[in-house]
Amino acid sequence: MSHTLCVPRRTRIPLFTVLAGLLLSGCGVNNIPTYDESAKAKWSDVQNQYQRRADLIPNLVETVKGYAAQEREVLTQVTEARAKASQIKVDASTVTDPAKFKEYQDAQNALTGALGRLLVTVERYPDLKSNQNFLALQSQLEGSENRISVARRDYIDSVRAYNTELKTFPGVIWASTLYRSYKPMETFTVAEDVTKPPTVKF
Amino acid sequence: MGRLCCLDFARRGAILGLLLSVVAFAAHALTFPELTGRVVDDAGILDPATKAGLERKLAEFQTKTTGQLVVVTLKSLQGTSIEDYGYQLGRHWQIGQKEKNTGALLIVAPNERKVRIEVGYGFEGTLTDAVSKLIIENSIIPRLRVNDLAGGIGRGVDDIIQAVSVDSEEWKARAKQRPDDEPSLLDVLALLFFLFILFMIVRSVASRGRGYAQTGAGPRRGSRGPIFIPIPGSWGSSGSSWSGGFPGGGGFSGGGGSFGGGGASGSW
Repeated sequence: MSHTLCVPRRTRIPLFTVLAGLLLSGCGVNNIPTYDESAKAKWSDVQNQYQRRADLIPNLVETVKGYAAQEREVLTQVTEARAKASQIKVDASTVTDPAKFKEYQDAQNALTGALGRLLVTVERYPDLKSNQNFLALQSQLEGSENRISVARRDYIDSVRAYNTELKTFPGVIWASTLYRSYKPMETFTVAEDVTKPPTVKF
Repeated sequence: MGRLCCLDFARRGAILGLLLSVVAFAAHALTFPELTGRVVDDAGILDPATKAGLERKLAEFQTKTTGQLVVVTLKSLQGTSIEDYGYQLGRHWQIGQKEKNTGALLIVAPNERKVRIEVGYGFEGTLTDAVSKLIIENSIIPRLRVNDLAGGIGRGVDDIIQAVSVDSEEWKARAKQRPDDEPSLLDVLALLFFLFILFMIVRSVASRGRGYAQTGAGPRRGSRGPIFIPIPGSWGSSGSSWSGGFPGGGGFSGGGGSFGGGGASGSW
């Protein structure tokens, strides 16, 4: 049986190794870890952008207080939503933990909603709206929201690539053999922009 | 039972595939104008003289700061927001130097009456959201309101250049600190050394393999064949980032920069 291969016994093992290597890399054996790393990098972008937004809030709240102290309710909502969102400890493992991920997403969405209401409220205060400090903060907040949506979209895209690789051929083979510890990642629900901000009760 | 399971699996796969293709379609539904120069007047609102003046200013900006600034007017935002269109356009054109991402777009959509300064990652420190907003609100929009589109764009470009150039000296200093920007003498020596080693290896292989050669000229030619010129990564990337660096050289292209949604927008 073996003599039909026409390959000297001595060279058979190295040849096999080389062939196997080529075959494996051709079959995308590296895809799962590569997509995993890329998705995790995008996830840290999302976290950074949410953090950046959270950092803007104390200053924003102080500025609004100077002009519209009577809007205590909405200011408290923003402060509390921020505190709630900051309390949730997230790291790279959050993406494979559906409950934790949902908790994080809900808290950030609540903060988005509270901030939205704050910005609607300040429309009633022309003095505040023309304050340069407030304008700067407002534009930073808008920029922050925009960066968040870009970061979220990039994350969604890379998670889609990763999850698809886990479930489709040939990735599914590697997922069930070499990479058993690689779990599908959670992703954001896309339509946050079009749905109404969730109502928050304190 | 097994067949049912199979069917279920197939159906789920089909639904997943359909969903994926819908999402993929949604993500690629936008079309972008061609990057014909530093001023892309897709909406056709600029006269040739203004356009040439802007082109010159933007080219000068690039030679001074190595950043890329592009003015674009859009016929339509294709149903999406200017923020959404803006960063995707910036990524599509790859405006800005690779690695540094020093690129910015001034986008005007006259039909939707929207304007945006889209800032690449590298300029986010100088052309902050707040600065961009101030430029839009104070310099651009008042002129757009009285229908002075060319004036608004011109003033916007001036202000953006000024905002970014404030610490262009700092940028230059940073560029000098980065050793991988220009090939140094050490790089050249390393390259020569590498080539020498390669040559020695090839020669030794060729002299050993002479027995197999059919003709006398064979091994020598063979010894020359496999030599390839290794180019360090930094040369390649600096080459691509300078591809748009020659004003008046005909082609202008993005340097490989990326965008993450920085900047500000306004409407009039």
